[in-house]
Amino acid sequence: MLKIWSMKKEQQKAENAEGTAAGGKKKKVTAAQLRVQKDLSELSLGTTMKTEFPDPDDILSFILYIEPDEGMYRGGRFSFTFNITPNFPHEPPKVQCREKIYHPNIDLEGKVCLNILREDWKPVLNLNAVIVGLQFLFLEPNASDPLNKDAAEDLRSNREGFKRNVRTAMSGGSVKGQTFERVTK
Amino acid sequence: MAAGTVYPASEPTRWKYLDRIRTRPGPYTDESTFDGSVVAETMEKMSILVIGAGGLGCEILKNLALSGFKNIHVIDMDTIDISNLNRQFLFRQSDVGKSKAEVAAKFVMNRVKGVTITPHNCKIQDKDEDFYMQFQIVVCGLDSIEARRWINATLVNMVDEEMEDSLKPLIDGGTEGFKGQARVIYPTMTSCIECQLDMHAPRAAVPLCTLASIPRQPEHCIEWAHVIAWDQEKPFPQLDKDDPEHITWLYQKALLRAQEFNISGVTYSLTQGVVKNIIPAIAATNSVIAAACCNEAFKIASGCAPSLGWPENNYMMYSGNDSIYTYTFKHERKEDCPVCGNLARELIVDPEWTLGELVESFATRPEAQLKKPSIRAEKKTLYMQSPASLEEQTRPNLEKKLVGELGLGEGDEIGVTDPAFATVSFKFRLKFQKA
Ligand SMILES: [Zn+2]
Repeated sequence: MLKIWSMKKEQQKAENAEGTAAGGKKKKVTAAQLRVQKDLSELSLGTTMKTEFPDPDDILSFILYIEPDEGMYRGGRFSFTFNITPNFPHEPPKVQCREKIYHPNIDLEGKVCLNILREDWKPVLNLNAVIVGLQFLFLEPNASDPLNKDAAEDLRSNREGFKRNVRTAMSGGSVKGQTFERVTK
Repeated sequence: MAAGTVYPASEPTRWKYLDRIRTRPGPYTDESTFDGSVVAETMEKMSILVIGAGGLGCEILKNLALSGFKNIHVIDMDTIDISNLNRQFLFRQSDVGKSKAEVAAKFVMNRVKGVTITPHNCKIQDKDEDFYMQFQIVVCGLDSIEARRWINATLVNMVDEEMEDSLKPLIDGGTEGFKGQARVIYPTMTSCIECQLDMHAPRAAVPLCTLASIPRQPEHCIEWAHVIAWDQEKPFPQLDKDDPEHITWLYQKALLRAQEFNISGVTYSLTQGVVKNIIPAIAATNSVIAAACCNEAFKIASGCAPSLGWPENNYMMYSGNDSIYTYTFKHERKEDCPVCGNLARELIVDPEWTLGELVESFATRPEAQLKKPSIRAEKKTLYMQSPASLEEQTRPNLEKKLVGELGLGEGDEIGVTDPAFATVSFKFRLKFQKA
């Protein structure tokens, strides 16, 4: 057998490692939990966002509220559920909008088209990046990446009309045969 | 040693060439540690664990048995499916439905006399540290990243500075189509699976908006049916990927959509493949990777040649996509790795303390010096400085005693983060001691 232990002891001598002992069958903090904890303690929510933890001991699921203070969605209050798997940060968090809203990048079921939530997710990204991305969707809805095609077409062809439809939808009215949820206070 | 070895009459030369390697130093042997008179005996006494008895596992078990390991355990929770038979060559049609671990163990024991293979038909998570402690080497042939991360974290956590046997080399093989990798991890010494997570980029997902508006490939239509149409129509309360009725529903939805966009190629089996995320398994890739893994196991066990893993290269990637290509390199350990970069350090705490006193103490402890620490235990959020709502919810804990009211015990781990140290998080193991 290779002399692994003596290799380890030599490495420690070289690094002058301080006591990094582990062991025992005690309650261990998992990698995903620790990473989420770190991400949460670095969040910068500003004045337009808030979180809510239904169970504070479960930091892997929470709700994020966004109240845009500029742009077409100003004055609305939108909420997203965040569900983080034990495989985080290898997998992106699962994020869904809780209200039925009129937005080219969010469909009527609440699915969100944000590249870093799917194809461009990388383990080096953090929750703050996701939150910034969501906030950006309300400032700059994007017609070239549509999830709600009707809304995208509307935004592309008639920006002023789209703005009016957003206001109608936000106050609980109907747009193109769909009734939306009231999200204004 | 070779001269005195008696071979069974039925297979007189099976071990002859192996013993030439085991008994005599070769050009790469480190002669200061190699003792040819004991290698065979050492290998016969040691226990080696194989995780997974699928495509890679079948190859690994056969190779290890033929490399002179006599005491092998195998763990796999799966049963044999008919679709396994084209590459998992230890299984026959009559074995369909039986435990992979049990059938594989029996088959290899039958063919290689003198080998004992103990099957475990369960999840790796069902076994505790005492179970894993009995092995000298662990070889993984898994297809799931979750399971790899779990065994990696377990082996890293098991390393006890006082106990030489607690450090188990982990040899990990993985394949995906024509690509594969073999790597060796010396837990706590070298870059671990968690450090190397970025090497497994999840398969590029298709942007949701492409699915919704401009599908170009049959896979896009299937993903659309799976991700979007299912949720809109909810034909069954919960999608069961193994239920043919559910797959048929998705297949028909996808087919209609494909016709709408003039896309051909949506079939039932492709639907099943996309939904269950199946990557075609190539038997030859499994053989190449399993051989590389077992070669490393043999080198570690015998000391006949330097192994992958220490001190330089630890990762061999293989690609058979375009002729044959391998590249071997050193993946560096990550200082901020949440599993190995930051092993729990002992933290001496007064059993009378409240959480608030613990929080304050972090500012002055030389090993921490944290001004705004947030603290969590395994299943309990003790105190978070931010976000504001969580701070408010956990603030009442500051008044509570660590022992009793907050339920912390000797040896429990706590995770401590501080925005001032964005790249590191700390793990501490509590040790209660009266001040
Ligand atoms: Zn690591």
